[in-house]
Amino acid sequence: MTKQTSTKALLALTLAGGALWGAAAQADEDAQLVINGEIEIVTKAPLPAHMEEANMDAIYSGWLFRADETQQTQMDDFDNPGMIFVDQGMDQWNAVDGSEGKSCASCHEDVETSMKGVRAEYPKWNDNAEEVRTLVMQINDCRTEQMGAEPYGYTSGKMANMEALISLQSRGMPVDVAIDGPAESMWAQGKELYYTRTGQLDLSCASCHEENYGNMIRADHLSQGQINGFPVYRLKNTKLNTAHARFKGCVRDTRAETFKPGSPEFVALELYVASRGNGLSVEAPSVRN
Amino acid sequence: MRLSTVTLVATLVASGAAFANPVAPADVTFDEGAVGVSLTGAPGDPANGAAIMKDKGQGNCIACHEVTALKDAPFHGEVGPLLDGVGDRYSEAELRGILVNAKMPFEGSVMPAYYKVDGFNRPGNAYTGKAAEGPLDPLLSAAQIEDVIAFLMTLKDE
Ligand code: HEC
Ligand code: HEC
Repeated sequence: MTKQTSTKALLALTLAGGALWGAAAQADEDAQLVINGEIEIVTKAPLPAHMEEANMDAIYSGWLFRADETQQTQMDDFDNPGMIFVDQGMDQWNAVDGSEGKSCASCHEDVETSMKGVRAEYPKWNDNAEEVRTLVMQINDCRTEQMGAEPYGYTSGKMANMEALISLQSRGMPVDVAIDGPAESMWAQGKELYYTRTGQLDLSCASCHEENYGNMIRADHLSQGQINGFPVYRLKNTKLNTAHARFKGCVRDTRAETFKPGSPEFVALELYVASRGNGLSVEAPSVRN
Repeated sequence: MRLSTVTLVATLVASGAAFANPVAPADVTFDEGAVGVSLTGAPGDPANGAAIMKDKGQGNCIACHEVTALKDAPFHGEVGPLLDGVGDRYSEAELRGILVNAKMPFEGSVMPAYYKVDGFNRPGNAYTGKAAEGPLDPLLSAAQIEDVIAFLMTLKDE
Protein backbone atom coordinates (compact mmCIF):
# COMPACT_ATOMS: atom_id res chain seq x y z
CA MET A 1 0.00 0.00 0.00
CA THR A 2 1.46 3.34 -1.00
CA LYS A 3 1.75 5.57 1.98
CA GLN A 4 1.45 9.26 1.69
CA THR A 5 4.72 11.13 1.51
CA SER A 6 5.07 12.52 5.00
CA THR A 7 4.31 16.17 5.49
CA LYS A 8 7.82 16.67 6.74
CA ALA A 9 9.33 15.27 3.60
CA LEU A 10 6.96 17.39 1.53
CA LEU A 11 7.89 20.50 3.43
CA ALA A 12 11.57 19.69 3.14
CA LEU A 13 11.10 19.34 -0.59
CA THR A 14 9.31 22.63 -1.00
CA LEU A 15 11.84 24.28 1.26
CA ALA A 16 14.66 22.97 -0.87
CA GLY A 17 12.82 24.47 -3.83
CA GLY A 18 13.05 27.83 -2.17
CA ALA A 19 9.42 28.19 -1.19
CA LEU A 20 8.08 27.38 2.21
CA TRP A 21 4.95 25.73 0.94
CA GLY A 22 3.81 24.42 -2.36
CA ALA A 23 1.32 25.17 -5.06
CA ALA A 24 -1.57 26.24 -2.89
CA ALA A 25 0.33 29.00 -1.14
CA GLN A 26 -1.77 32.11 -1.02
CA ALA A 27 0.63 34.10 1.01
CA ASP A 28 4.06 35.40 0.33
CA GLU A 29 6.12 33.26 2.66
CA ASP A 30 9.15 35.47 2.36
CA ALA A 31 7.17 38.50 3.41
CA GLN A 32 8.65 40.55 6.23
CA LEU A 33 6.34 41.93 8.84
CA VAL A 34 7.26 45.48 9.76
CA ILE A 35 4.49 47.43 11.41
CA ASN A 36 4.07 51.16 10.81
CA GLY A 37 7.37 51.03 8.95
CA GLU A 38 9.26 50.63 12.22
CA ILE A 39 8.33 47.71 14.47
CA GLU A 40 10.09 44.60 13.19
CA ILE A 41 8.21 41.41 13.93
CA VAL A 42 9.96 38.04 14.08
CA THR A 43 7.65 35.67 12.18
CA LYS A 44 10.08 32.73 11.83
CA ALA A 45 12.24 31.49 14.67
CA PRO A 46 14.25 28.38 15.52
CA LEU A 47 12.44 25.56 17.27
CA PRO A 48 12.46 26.13 21.02
CA ALA A 49 14.65 23.51 22.72
CA HIS A 50 11.65 21.79 24.32
CA MET A 51 10.26 21.06 20.83
CA GLU A 52 13.22 19.14 19.53
CA GLU A 53 11.20 15.95 19.01
CA ALA A 54 8.48 17.79 17.14
CA ASN A 55 8.26 17.03 13.45
CA MET A 56 8.99 20.63 12.45
CA ASP A 57 11.83 22.69 11.06
CA ALA A 58 11.11 26.05 12.66
CA ILE A 59 8.28 28.02 14.23
CA TYR A 60 6.16 30.36 12.13
CA SER A 61 3.69 33.05 12.96
CA GLY A 62 0.15 32.57 11.65
CA TRP A 63 0.65 35.84 9.76
CA LEU A 64 2.86 34.05 7.22
CA PHE A 65 0.01 31.74 6.24
CA ARG A 66 -2.46 34.47 5.43
CA ALA A 67 -3.26 36.01 2.05
CA ASP A 68 -1.39 39.13 0.96
CA GLU A 69 -4.30 41.51 1.65
CA THR A 70 -4.76 40.09 5.13
CA GLN A 71 -1.04 40.39 5.79
CA GLN A 72 -1.04 44.01 4.69
CA THR A 73 -3.89 44.93 6.99
CA GLN A 74 -1.61 44.18 9.91
CA MET A 75 1.27 46.27 8.63
CA ASP A 76 -0.19 49.65 9.46
CA ASP A 77 -2.16 50.49 12.58
CA PHE A 78 -4.47 52.75 10.58
CA ASP A 79 -5.56 49.73 8.55
CA ASN A 80 -5.68 47.27 11.46
CA PRO A 81 -9.29 47.00 12.68
CA GLY A 82 -7.98 45.52 15.93
CA MET A 83 -6.72 48.95 16.95
CA ILE A 84 -10.29 50.19 17.49
CA PHE A 85 -10.56 47.68 20.30
CA VAL A 86 -7.25 48.80 21.75
CA ASP A 87 -8.79 52.29 22.01
CA GLN A 88 -11.76 50.83 23.82
CA GLY A 89 -9.34 49.02 26.12
CA MET A 90 -7.69 52.36 26.85
CA ASP A 91 -11.05 53.81 27.93
CA GLN A 92 -11.55 50.81 30.21
CA TRP A 93 -8.01 51.28 31.58
CA ASN A 94 -8.89 54.78 32.75
CA ALA A 95 -12.46 54.08 33.88
CA VAL A 96 -13.15 53.86 37.61
CA ASP A 97 -15.13 50.70 38.33
CA GLY A 98 -16.08 48.72 41.45
CA SER A 99 -16.45 49.36 45.16
CA GLU A 100 -12.90 50.70 45.71
CA GLY A 101 -13.31 53.67 43.38
CA LYS A 102 -10.27 52.71 41.33
CA SER A 103 -9.33 52.23 37.70
CA CYS A 104 -6.43 50.19 36.32
CA ALA A 105 -4.59 53.51 35.96
CA SER A 106 -4.98 54.25 39.68
CA CYS A 107 -2.44 51.52 40.43
CA HIS A 108 -0.56 51.02 37.15
CA GLU A 109 -0.54 54.62 35.81
CA ASP A 110 0.79 54.80 32.28
CA VAL A 111 0.00 51.56 30.46
CA GLU A 112 2.87 52.11 28.01
CA THR A 113 5.48 51.88 30.73
CA SER A 114 3.87 49.69 33.39
CA MET A 115 2.69 46.99 30.98
CA LYS A 116 5.72 46.83 28.71
CA GLY A 117 6.94 43.23 28.45
CA VAL A 118 4.07 41.77 30.44
CA ARG A 119 2.30 39.88 27.64
CA ALA A 120 5.56 38.26 26.50
CA GLU A 121 5.81 36.23 29.73
CA TYR A 122 2.21 35.10 30.16
CA PRO A 123 0.90 32.59 31.18
CA LYS A 124 3.11 32.82 34.22
CA TRP A 125 3.50 31.29 37.66
CA ASN A 126 2.23 33.54 40.46
CA ASP A 127 4.07 32.90 43.71
CA ASN A 128 1.51 34.36 46.09
CA ALA A 129 -1.44 32.60 44.53
CA GLU A 130 0.64 29.48 43.86
CA GLU A 131 -0.94 29.03 40.45
CA VAL A 132 -0.21 29.52 36.77
CA ARG A 133 -2.07 32.61 35.68
CA THR A 134 -3.10 33.62 32.21
CA LEU A 135 -3.22 37.33 31.45
CA VAL A 136 -7.00 37.06 31.63
CA MET A 137 -6.82 35.57 35.13
CA GLN A 138 -4.49 38.36 36.24
CA ILE A 139 -6.75 41.07 34.81
CA ASN A 140 -9.75 39.58 36.59
CA ASP A 141 -7.78 39.19 39.81
CA CYS A 142 -7.04 42.93 39.74
CA ARG A 143 -10.68 43.66 39.06
CA THR A 144 -12.10 41.57 41.87
CA GLU A 145 -9.32 41.88 44.51
CA GLN A 146 -8.03 45.43 43.92
CA MET A 147 -10.99 47.26 42.43
CA GLY A 148 -13.94 45.41 43.94
CA ALA A 149 -15.34 45.14 40.43
CA GLU A 150 -17.05 42.30 38.59
CA PRO A 151 -14.72 40.05 36.62
CA TYR A 152 -14.95 40.31 32.84
CA GLY A 153 -16.26 37.22 31.04
CA TYR A 154 -13.30 35.05 30.07
CA THR A 155 -13.69 35.51 26.32
CA SER A 156 -15.83 38.68 26.44
CA GLY A 157 -15.30 41.74 24.28
CA LYS A 158 -14.18 43.81 27.26
CA MET A 159 -11.61 41.20 28.21
CA ALA A 160 -10.35 41.00 24.63
CA ASN A 161 -10.03 44.81 24.55
CA MET A 162 -8.01 44.87 27.76
CA GLU A 163 -5.81 41.97 26.64
CA ALA A 164 -5.19 43.75 23.34
CA LEU A 165 -4.22 46.99 25.07
CA ILE A 166 -1.81 45.22 27.42
CA SER A 167 -0.39 42.97 24.68
CA LEU A 168 0.28 45.94 22.41
CA GLN A 169 2.79 47.25 24.95
CA SER A 170 4.93 44.15 24.24
CA ARG A 171 4.53 44.19 20.47
CA GLY A 172 7.80 43.24 18.81
CA MET A 173 9.25 41.67 21.96
CA PRO A 174 10.01 37.93 21.87
CA VAL A 175 7.54 35.57 23.53
CA ASP A 176 9.39 34.24 26.56
CA VAL A 177 7.18 31.94 28.57
CA ALA A 178 8.83 30.03 31.41
CA ILE A 179 8.12 26.31 31.39
CA ASP A 180 10.30 25.11 34.23
CA GLY A 181 10.12 25.47 37.99
CA PRO A 182 6.65 25.50 39.50
CA ALA A 183 4.97 25.86 36.09
CA GLU A 184 6.41 22.61 34.85
CA SER A 185 3.64 20.23 35.83
CA MET A 186 0.97 22.40 34.27
CA TRP A 187 3.09 22.76 31.16
CA ALA A 188 3.38 18.98 30.96
CA GLN A 189 -0.39 18.68 31.29
CA GLY A 190 -0.80 21.17 28.45
CA LYS A 191 1.61 19.23 26.29
CA GLU A 192 -0.34 16.05 26.93
CA LEU A 193 -3.56 17.78 25.86
CA TYR A 194 -1.90 19.12 22.72
CA TYR A 195 -1.09 15.63 21.54
CA THR A 196 -4.31 13.93 22.71
CA ARG A 197 -6.83 13.23 20.00
CA THR A 198 -10.42 14.21 20.71
CA GLY A 199 -13.85 13.80 19.24
CA GLN A 200 -15.35 11.56 16.63
CA LEU A 201 -12.86 12.89 14.06
CA ASP A 202 -10.13 11.76 16.45
CA LEU A 203 -7.72 14.65 15.85
CA SER A 204 -5.29 16.42 18.16
CA CYS A 205 -3.91 19.94 17.87
CA ALA A 206 -0.78 18.30 16.46
CA SER A 207 -2.76 16.48 13.73
CA CYS A 208 -3.53 19.82 12.13
CA HIS A 209 -0.95 22.32 13.40
CA GLU A 210 2.17 20.15 13.65
CA GLU A 211 1.68 17.40 11.05
CA ASN A 212 -0.13 19.53 8.49
CA TYR A 213 0.81 23.18 8.76
CA GLY A 214 1.30 24.60 5.30
CA ASN A 215 -1.37 22.28 3.87
CA MET A 216 -4.82 23.35 2.81
CA ILE A 217 -7.74 21.84 4.70
CA ARG A 218 -10.71 22.66 2.51
CA ALA A 219 -10.47 26.48 2.13
CA ASP A 220 -8.19 27.01 5.12
CA HIS A 221 -4.43 27.25 4.93
CA LEU A 222 -3.29 25.50 8.10
CA SER A 223 -0.85 27.45 10.26
CA GLN A 224 1.02 26.20 13.30
CA GLY A 225 -1.77 27.44 15.56
CA GLN A 226 0.54 29.87 17.34
CA ILE A 227 -0.92 32.33 19.85
CA ASN A 228 1.71 35.08 19.71
CA GLY A 229 -0.82 37.22 17.79
CA PHE A 230 -3.69 36.96 20.29
CA PRO A 231 -6.08 38.55 20.74
CA VAL A 232 -6.65 38.31 16.99
CA TYR A 233 -8.95 40.43 14.85
CA ARG A 234 -10.69 38.04 12.46
CA LEU A 235 -12.15 39.27 9.20
CA LYS A 236 -14.57 36.36 9.44
CA ASN A 237 -16.39 37.57 12.55
CA THR A 238 -15.16 41.20 12.57
CA LYS A 239 -14.14 41.21 16.21
CA LEU A 240 -11.24 40.45 18.50
CA ASN A 241 -10.93 36.78 19.37
CA THR A 242 -9.25 35.38 22.46
CA ALA A 243 -7.03 32.30 22.56
CA HIS A 244 -9.47 30.22 24.62
CA ALA A 245 -12.32 30.99 22.19
CA ARG A 246 -10.07 29.75 19.38
CA PHE A 247 -9.11 26.61 21.31
CA LYS A 248 -12.80 25.93 21.90
CA GLY A 249 -13.57 26.32 18.20
CA CYS A 250 -10.76 24.01 17.17
CA VAL A 251 -11.74 21.30 19.68
CA ARG A 252 -15.39 21.60 18.63
CA ASP A 253 -14.28 21.04 15.04
CA THR A 254 -13.03 17.57 15.98
CA ARG A 255 -16.66 16.74 16.90
CA ALA A 256 -15.69 16.71 20.56
CA GLU A 257 -17.11 17.97 23.80
CA THR A 258 -14.92 21.03 24.33
CA PHE A 259 -13.31 22.28 27.51
CA LYS A 260 -14.56 25.58 28.89
CA PRO A 261 -12.67 28.84 28.40
CA GLY A 262 -10.75 29.44 31.62
CA SER A 263 -10.85 25.76 32.62
CA PRO A 264 -7.65 24.30 34.11
CA GLU A 265 -7.29 22.28 30.91
CA PHE A 266 -7.32 25.34 28.66
CA VAL A 267 -5.03 27.29 31.01
CA ALA A 268 -2.53 24.43 30.78
CA LEU A 269 -2.98 24.26 27.01
CA GLU A 270 -2.43 28.02 26.71
CA LEU A 271 0.80 27.76 28.70
CA TYR A 272 2.02 24.96 26.46
CA VAL A 273 0.93 26.52 23.15
CA ALA A 274 2.43 29.88 24.19
CA SER A 275 5.74 28.12 24.89
CA ARG A 276 5.71 26.67 21.36
CA GLY A 277 5.97 30.28 20.22
CA ASN A 278 8.96 31.22 22.39
CA GLY A 279 11.13 33.37 20.13
CA LEU A 280 8.37 34.72 17.86
CA SER A 281 7.39 38.33 18.49
CA VAL A 282 4.29 39.37 20.35
CA GLU A 283 2.05 40.56 17.51
CA ALA A 284 -1.25 41.49 19.09
CA PRO A 285 -3.62 42.71 17.92
CA SER A 286 -2.96 40.66 14.80
CA VAL A 287 -5.24 40.24 11.80
CA ARG A 288 -6.32 36.88 10.46
CA ASN A 289 -9.12 35.65 8.25
CA MET B 1 -2.06 -4.35 3.15
CA ARG B 2 -1.54 -6.63 0.19
CA LEU B 3 -4.48 -8.96 -0.17
CA SER B 4 -4.24 -11.94 -2.39
CA THR B 5 -7.36 -12.84 -4.28
CA VAL B 6 -7.36 -16.07 -2.34
CA THR B 7 -7.68 -14.44 1.07
CA LEU B 8 -10.23 -12.02 -0.31
CA VAL B 9 -12.42 -14.76 -1.64
CA ALA B 10 -11.95 -16.74 1.53
CA THR B 11 -13.09 -13.77 3.64
CA LEU B 12 -16.08 -13.24 1.43
CA VAL B 13 -17.11 -16.85 1.62
CA ALA B 14 -16.43 -17.24 5.31
CA SER B 15 -18.31 -14.19 6.50
CA GLY B 16 -20.60 -13.31 3.61
CA ALA B 17 -23.70 -14.80 5.05
CA ALA B 18 -22.89 -14.37 8.72
CA PHE B 19 -24.31 -10.86 9.25
CA ALA B 20 -27.62 -9.24 8.73
CA ASN B 21 -27.59 -6.21 6.40
CA PRO B 22 -26.46 -3.61 6.95
CA VAL B 23 -23.44 -4.82 8.89
CA ALA B 24 -23.28 -2.87 12.18
CA PRO B 25 -20.05 -0.93 12.89
CA ALA B 26 -19.17 -3.33 15.71
CA ASP B 27 -19.56 -6.36 13.44
CA VAL B 28 -17.19 -5.26 10.68
CA THR B 29 -14.21 -7.60 10.41
CA PHE B 30 -10.88 -6.55 9.02
CA ASP B 31 -8.37 -8.69 7.23
CA GLU B 32 -5.02 -6.93 7.03
CA GLY B 33 -6.69 -3.54 6.87
CA ALA B 34 -9.30 -4.54 4.30
CA VAL B 35 -13.00 -5.31 4.68
CA GLY B 36 -14.14 -7.86 2.12
CA VAL B 37 -17.83 -7.95 2.87
CA SER B 38 -20.11 -5.24 1.52
CA LEU B 39 -21.77 -3.34 4.38
CA THR B 40 -25.12 -3.46 2.62
CA GLY B 41 -24.88 -6.46 0.31
CA ALA B 42 -26.02 -4.20 -2.53
CA PRO B 43 -23.92 -2.30 -5.08
CA GLY B 44 -23.32 1.36 -4.29
CA ASP B 45 -24.38 4.35 -6.39
CA PRO B 46 -21.29 6.16 -7.70
CA ALA B 47 -23.09 9.43 -8.47
CA ASN B 48 -24.34 9.66 -4.92
CA GLY B 49 -20.86 8.72 -3.70
CA ALA B 50 -19.42 11.71 -5.54
CA ALA B 51 -22.01 13.98 -3.94
CA ILE B 52 -21.20 12.62 -0.46
CA MET B 53 -17.50 13.26 -0.95
CA LYS B 54 -18.09 16.93 -1.81
CA ASP B 55 -20.70 17.69 0.83
CA LYS B 56 -19.41 19.35 3.99
CA GLY B 57 -22.25 17.81 5.98
CA GLN B 58 -21.53 14.27 4.75
CA GLY B 59 -18.13 12.83 3.79
CA ASN B 60 -16.38 16.17 3.25
CA CYS B 61 -13.55 14.10 1.80
CA ILE B 62 -12.29 16.96 -0.35
CA ALA B 63 -11.51 18.88 2.83
CA CYS B 64 -8.36 16.76 2.88
CA HIS B 65 -8.10 15.23 -0.60
CA GLU B 66 -7.82 16.61 -4.08
CA VAL B 67 -9.93 14.72 -6.65
CA THR B 68 -9.80 15.95 -10.23
CA ALA B 69 -13.17 14.39 -11.06
CA LEU B 70 -14.81 16.45 -8.30
CA LYS B 71 -13.38 19.81 -9.37
CA ASP B 72 -16.86 21.25 -9.87
CA ALA B 73 -16.80 21.72 -6.07
CA PRO B 74 -14.29 24.34 -4.86
CA PHE B 75 -11.51 24.07 -2.26
CA HIS B 76 -9.83 20.70 -2.27
CA GLY B 77 -7.46 20.11 0.62
CA GLU B 78 -3.97 18.60 0.67
CA VAL B 79 -3.82 16.86 4.04
CA GLY B 80 -4.26 13.47 2.36
CA PRO B 81 -3.03 12.17 -1.01
CA LEU B 82 -4.57 12.98 -4.40
CA LEU B 83 -7.27 10.38 -4.99
CA ASP B 84 -7.00 10.24 -8.79
CA GLY B 85 -6.42 6.64 -9.80
CA VAL B 86 -7.29 5.08 -6.41
CA GLY B 87 -9.58 2.65 -8.24
CA ASP B 88 -6.45 1.17 -9.79
CA ARG B 89 -4.32 1.32 -6.68
CA TYR B 90 -6.75 -0.40 -4.35
CA SER B 91 -9.31 -3.16 -4.39
CA GLU B 92 -12.86 -2.54 -3.27
CA ALA B 93 -12.12 -4.40 -0.04
CA GLU B 94 -9.09 -2.22 0.65
CA LEU B 95 -11.06 0.96 0.00
CA ARG B 96 -13.78 -0.27 2.35
CA GLY B 97 -11.14 -0.79 5.04
CA ILE B 98 -9.80 2.74 4.52
CA LEU B 99 -13.28 4.23 4.82
CA VAL B 100 -14.52 2.16 7.75
CA ASN B 101 -11.43 2.89 9.85
CA ALA B 102 -8.40 4.36 8.14
CA LYS B 103 -6.26 3.57 11.18
CA MET B 104 -6.46 -0.12 10.37
CA PRO B 105 -4.56 0.15 7.07
CA PHE B 106 -2.70 3.37 7.99
CA GLU B 107 -1.48 3.35 11.57
CA GLY B 108 -1.85 6.71 13.30
CA SER B 109 -3.66 8.27 10.33
CA VAL B 110 -5.38 11.62 10.71
CA MET B 111 -8.12 10.42 8.37
CA PRO B 112 -11.32 9.98 10.42
CA ALA B 113 -12.97 6.57 10.76
CA TYR B 114 -16.26 6.87 8.88
CA TYR B 115 -17.91 3.70 10.21
CA LYS B 116 -16.93 3.52 13.85
CA VAL B 117 -19.02 4.50 16.86
CA ASP B 118 -16.95 3.90 19.97
CA GLY B 119 -13.53 4.31 21.50
CA PHE B 120 -13.47 8.11 21.12
CA ASN B 121 -12.12 10.62 23.64
CA ARG B 122 -14.74 13.24 24.65
CA PRO B 123 -17.12 12.52 21.79
CA GLY B 124 -19.33 15.50 21.01
CA ASN B 125 -22.86 16.02 19.80
CA ALA B 126 -21.90 16.68 16.17
CA TYR B 127 -20.27 20.14 15.93
CA THR B 128 -22.02 21.75 18.90
CA GLY B 129 -19.07 21.40 21.28
CA LYS B 130 -21.44 19.73 23.75
CA ALA B 131 -21.14 16.14 24.96
CA ALA B 132 -22.71 13.46 22.80
CA GLU B 133 -26.10 12.30 23.96
CA GLY B 134 -26.55 8.57 23.72
CA PRO B 135 -24.83 6.29 21.24
CA LEU B 136 -22.99 7.88 18.31
CA ASP B 137 -24.05 7.43 14.71
CA PRO B 138 -21.20 6.62 12.36
CA LEU B 139 -20.03 9.59 10.25
CA LEU B 140 -21.48 7.87 7.18
CA SER B 141 -24.14 5.16 6.94
CA ALA B 142 -23.42 1.72 5.48
CA ALA B 143 -25.16 2.71 2.25
CA GLN B 144 -23.24 5.99 2.00
CA ILE B 145 -19.95 4.12 2.45
CA GLU B 146 -20.83 1.70 -0.34
CA ASP B 147 -21.79 4.66 -2.57
CA VAL B 148 -18.41 6.33 -1.93
CA ILE B 149 -16.58 3.07 -2.66
CA ALA B 150 -18.51 2.71 -5.92
CA PHE B 151 -17.39 6.21 -6.90
CA LEU B 152 -13.76 5.62 -5.86
CA MET B 153 -13.71 2.48 -8.03
CA THR B 154 -14.47 4.71 -11.05
CA LEU B 155 -11.25 6.69 -10.43
CA LYS B 156 -8.99 4.87 -12.87
CA ASP B 157 -5.82 6.26 -14.36
CA GLU B 158 -7.08 5.73 -17.90
C1 HEC C 1 -9.36 19.81 12.22
C2 HEC C 1 -8.15 20.58 12.18
C3 HEC C 1 -7.75 21.36 13.42
C4 HEC C 1 -7.49 20.90 14.69
C5 HEC C 1 -7.58 19.47 15.19
C6 HEC C 1 -7.08 22.04 15.47
N1 HEC C 1 -7.10 23.17 14.71
FE1 HEC C 1 -6.48 25.05 15.26
N2 HEC C 1 -7.00 25.76 13.43
C7 HEC C 1 -7.51 25.02 12.38
C8 HEC C 1 -7.77 25.88 11.24
C9 HEC C 1 -8.32 25.44 9.90
C10 HEC C 1 -7.38 27.19 11.65
C11 HEC C 1 -7.42 28.47 10.80
C12 HEC C 1 -6.19 28.56 9.95
C13 HEC C 1 -4.95 28.64 10.78
O1 HEC C 1 -4.63 29.70 11.34
O2 HEC C 1 -4.27 27.60 10.95
C14 HEC C 1 -6.89 27.07 13.02
C15 HEC C 1 -6.38 28.14 13.76
C16 HEC C 1 -5.86 28.04 15.03
C17 HEC C 1 -5.27 29.14 15.76
C18 HEC C 1 -5.16 30.58 15.26
C19 HEC C 1 -3.77 30.88 14.77
C20 HEC C 1 -3.61 32.31 14.33
O3 HEC C 1 -2.48 32.69 14.00
O4 HEC C 1 -4.59 33.05 14.31
C21 HEC C 1 -4.86 28.63 16.96
C22 HEC C 1 -4.21 29.41 18.10
C23 HEC C 1 -5.19 27.22 16.98
N3 HEC C 1 -5.79 26.89 15.79
C24 HEC C 1 -4.92 26.36 18.03
C25 HEC C 1 -5.33 25.01 18.08
C26 HEC C 1 -5.18 24.16 19.24
C27 HEC C 1 -4.52 24.58 20.53
C28 HEC C 1 -5.75 22.96 18.92
C29 HEC C 1 -5.99 21.77 19.79
C30 HEC C 1 -6.76 21.98 20.97
C31 HEC C 1 -6.18 23.04 17.54
N4 HEC C 1 -5.93 24.31 17.07
C32 HEC C 1 -6.74 21.99 16.82
C33 HEC C 1 -7.73 23.65 12.36
C34 HEC C 1 -7.53 22.81 13.46
C1 HEC D 1 -8.79 14.86 8.03
C2 HEC D 1 -8.24 14.41 6.79
C3 HEC D 1 -8.93 13.38 5.91
C4 HEC D 1 -10.25 13.24 5.56
C5 HEC D 1 -11.42 14.12 6.00
C6 HEC D 1 -10.33 12.13 4.67
N1 HEC D 1 -9.09 11.59 4.47
FE1 HEC D 1 -8.63 10.03 3.23
N2 HEC D 1 -6.67 10.12 3.84
C7 HEC D 1 -6.13 11.09 4.66
C8 HEC D 1 -4.70 10.84 4.81
C9 HEC D 1 -3.73 11.68 5.63
C10 HEC D 1 -4.42 9.70 4.03
C11 HEC D 1 -3.06 9.00 3.83
C12 HEC D 1 -2.97 7.80 4.69
C13 HEC D 1 -2.14 8.09 5.92
O1 HEC D 1 -0.92 7.98 5.84
O2 HEC D 1 -2.73 8.46 6.93
C14 HEC D 1 -5.67 9.28 3.44
C15 HEC D 1 -5.78 8.20 2.55
C16 HEC D 1 -6.92 7.91 1.81
C17 HEC D 1 -6.97 6.95 0.74
C18 HEC D 1 -5.77 6.14 0.21
C19 HEC D 1 -5.13 7.02 -0.85
C20 HEC D 1 -3.79 6.56 -1.38
O3 HEC D 1 -3.48 6.91 -2.51
O4 HEC D 1 -3.07 5.85 -0.66
C21 HEC D 1 -8.25 6.95 0.27
C22 HEC D 1 -8.81 6.09 -0.86
C23 HEC D 1 -8.99 7.93 1.02
N3 HEC D 1 -8.14 8.49 1.95
C24 HEC D 1 -10.33 8.24 0.83
C25 HEC D 1 -11.04 9.16 1.60
C26 HEC D 1 -12.47 9.37 1.48
C27 HEC D 1 -13.36 8.69 0.46
C28 HEC D 1 -12.83 10.28 2.44
C29 HEC D 1 -14.18 10.78 2.84
C30 HEC D 1 -15.27 9.86 2.99
C31 HEC D 1 -11.60 10.68 3.10
N4 HEC D 1 -10.56 9.97 2.58
C32 HEC D 1 -11.51 11.64 4.09
C33 HEC D 1 -6.82 12.12 5.28
C34 HEC D 1 -8.20 12.33 5.21
